[in-house]
Amino acid sequence: MTGSDTLESRPRRDRHRGRTRPVPIPLLVPALVGLAFLLLPLIALLVRAPWRSLPEQLTSAEVWEALRLSLLCAMAATVLSLVVGVPLAWLLARTRFPGRGFVRALVTLPLVLPPVVGGVALLLAFGRNGVIGQWLDSWFGITLPFTTTGVVLAETFVAMPFLVISVEGTLRAADPRYEEAATTLGASRFTAFRRVTLPLIAPGVAAGAVLAWARALGEFGATITFAGNFPGRTQTMPLAVYLALQNDPAAAIALSLVLLAVSIAVLAALRDRWMTAS
Amino acid sequence: MTDLDGTTTGVLTEGLDAHLVVDRSTFRLDVALTAAPGDVVALLGPNGAGKTTALRALAGLTPLTSGRLRLDGTRLDTMPPESRPVGVVFQDYLLFPHLTALDNVAFGPRCRGASKAEARAQAAEWLDRMGLADHAGAKPRRLSGGQAQRVAVARALATRPRLLLLDEPLAALDARTRLEVRAQLRRHLAEFEAVAVLVTHDPLDAMVLADRLVVVEHGHVVQEGTPSHIARHPRTDYIARLVGLNLYRGRAEGHTVRLDAGPAITTTEELSGPAFVAFPPGAVTLYRERPTGSSARNLWRCEVAGLETHGDQIRADLTGELPLTADLTTVAAAELDLHPGAPVWATVKATQTHAYPA
Amino acid sequence: MTRSAHRTRRILQVTGASAAALLTLSACSSSDPGTDAGSSSAKPSGTVTVFAAASLEESFKTLGKQFEQEHPGTKVTFNFGGSDTLAASITGGAPADVFAAASTKTMAIVTDRQDAAGTPATFVRNQLEIATLPGNPDRISSLKDLTRPGLKVVLCDKTVPCGTAAQKALDAGGLKLTPVSYEQDVKSALTKVELKEADAAIVYKTDVRAAGDKVEGVDFPESAEAVNDYPIAVLKNAPNPGTAKAFVALVRSAEGQKVLSRAGFLKP
Repeated sequence: MTGSDTLESRPRRDRHRGRTRPVPIPLLVPALVGLAFLLLPLIALLVRAPWRSLPEQLTSAEVWEALRLSLLCAMAATVLSLVVGVPLAWLLARTRFPGRGFVRALVTLPLVLPPVVGGVALLLAFGRNGVIGQWLDSWFGITLPFTTTGVVLAETFVAMPFLVISVEGTLRAADPRYEEAATTLGASRFTAFRRVTLPLIAPGVAAGAVLAWARALGEFGATITFAGNFPGRTQTMPLAVYLALQNDPAAAIALSLVLLAVSIAVLAALRDRWMTAS
Repeated sequence: MTDLDGTTTGVLTEGLDAHLVVDRSTFRLDVALTAAPGDVVALLGPNGAGKTTALRALAGLTPLTSGRLRLDGTRLDTMPPESRPVGVVFQDYLLFPHLTALDNVAFGPRCRGASKAEARAQAAEWLDRMGLADHAGAKPRRLSGGQAQRVAVARALATRPRLLLLDEPLAALDARTRLEVRAQLRRHLAEFEAVAVLVTHDPLDAMVLADRLVVVEHGHVVQEGTPSHIARHPRTDYIARLVGLNLYRGRAEGHTVRLDAGPAITTTEELSGPAFVAFPPGAVTLYRERPTGSSARNLWRCEVAGLETHGDQIRADLTGELPLTADLTTVAAAELDLHPGAPVWATVKATQTHAYPA
Repeated sequence: MTRSAHRTRRILQVTGASAAALLTLSACSSSDPGTDAGSSSAKPSGTVTVFAAASLEESFKTLGKQFEQEHPGTKVTFNFGGSDTLAASITGGAPADVFAAASTKTMAIVTDRQDAAGTPATFVRNQLEIATLPGNPDRISSLKDLTRPGLKVVLCDKTVPCGTAAQKALDAGGLKLTPVSYEQDVKSALTKVELKEADAAIVYKTDVRAAGDKVEGVDFPESAEAVNDYPIAVLKNAPNPGTAKAFVALVRSAEGQKVLSRAGFLKP
């Protein structure tokens, strides 16, 4: 996908195909431990799942409503992240301006911020009484907390850094001279980005989008803080799971399984379609 | 895109008129370059001499610190790169890997306002001219090195540039392909009606492809002229090595050039003042014993520093009174029992030397 | 440790188990290994670990300091949290001495498994109150006022005690209320009013008191129908039962009640 992926790299790739060499033990053991560590909680979830009462747990309309809302909002948050996150990544990777390193650190801030704090911060910014929110309210009559739009914003806030980091990394690895080549052919910087850079970094963008989508789908803290919890409007699956956990852990496990199954299905499908393409 | 007809009215000059100055903290490029339409100019120089910087400055990819850049009378230096009537063939071609050969070539026309169909029709024509009609639908990774190079040339020409820039156009090719592609490129450059500037570190490429050479070292032009003139009159060690000559600098007095570092060389030319003397390694004759009956007046005592095979000949590097390289046949080398450290006498006939003012 | 084998058999709730493991770790690290359950009848000593509902945090911290002063050599360690979570960790085997819950229902989770040493005793009660913006700009004076259209009201989710209580009160008043959000706990509900995102919330008196002048409390008669009893009990597997009993005694004493009523709790 980058400069190295031209004529010379093809034979090299073929040469290594089909040959299996033993994996060194110092790599294999930690790798397996890591894999087990990631999988065991999921397996435990399956083992302890209330399989007998599962059909009954899953027939409630609220479950499907929460799932529908989760998928809808995660998708919207991903699209929103793409629309503003990819240009932001380009800006960070391809331009020089004072304080760029600082801006990059700021972009990743939502990664380390506890999501609940993120939710409070969103309230302070876009809430009815927030720095921006009060103008939105008084000029346009728009209030964001307690709305589905609020859910999308909260998820975008938490998920977008994943996309930006992923895309910026891909952009840095991509050969900027392709953009120069496009420029000498008469392409403006934007045309060069749209017709050359973007297709070149498509796998990285897709990976970032999937990451952001997954993060948005599981988002809990910022969502419940900023958008609240109302079935059908702002109650996504993670919120439903958390609240079910308060007095009915079996129901919570059942809901988690649904979320898990859907995520795995979507990620597997996307992986086949996008990740291997590069 | 047409060309600059609309903006050139009233301006008399045609072709390229450039004085490129690019200042970097550790490097300064200061190169003057002029060329008439139809000229093919080669920027020749060692790695790091600033050739590619000069090319990038012409294309607008590196801004000029000062100087001037005019093409057919129009100022280019204030023009953004995408508006310049300049086509570039990059060293590793930089064909867009996600586009077919056809779409790579159509990219330029499309950016310059042609409709999709028009651009593709033009691109197909260019590929046809390059003998690549069969590969129009291939992605760059499916093309051979030679094919990719031709697509790159087609892509650069498809915008009908008034200035074509080629950065080491043959460097990425293996020796066999290179021969063939060089011949084709020479034909295309000969047909090209505007200015072409190519950058290379290979003297053969430069001499075959270009009408005029501009030799750049350390960011400055050290010599320029036709290939044959430069081949006969090198003015720096770098060029002398490139064209395979022994080169010395000294002061001429009549038929003698007294070198800055010691001995004198007798020549046929009569000169006075600072001068260069050059002679090919093949003009040197070696003896183990001091030749007695020899009429040669250029006789130096040397020592073999190194030997290497050079085609079907042996090239000997000599140190001593006059450091020089000498070519001799394998048989002669064996008869002389040459080995590193062996003392030898070297002679060159005055008629084989060539002196010219420095 | 015989309890660990015992524990694994008992936990059916996977989630409880992980929480319990974490709590076990933190409790172990803070307890003093030198003093243990042996000296139960003697004067209070050693560390006593109290699991208490989040709403008790301020009052219990005050009482904890008081206890440590009255009984030199003792140390009171607290674990404040949602009552359900705490109950789950106790049944999961977390080494606690005392459990103070925000509802009899959550205490029942512990007593059902016979983890409490004696019968839990109600030590305070908490009543609902309407929290409004400072100065009560919407002039809310009754539960019915909350059903006014255009008013943004948040309730606790029905799965948490304050939500159940609010529903009970609404039912008692024969009212139907559609909030903008069912919050995950009483603090989040209150925060929404503090940040002026919601106009009102139904929360506990103690929460309104703790929020100071950031919200204003409005009493309503229906709250009498939904009073929460706070039970307290020494646990059966308490590592330090003697000191635990002494702490419970302090909580239930007149002195303890004074501290608790200052926070807005009602006498049992």
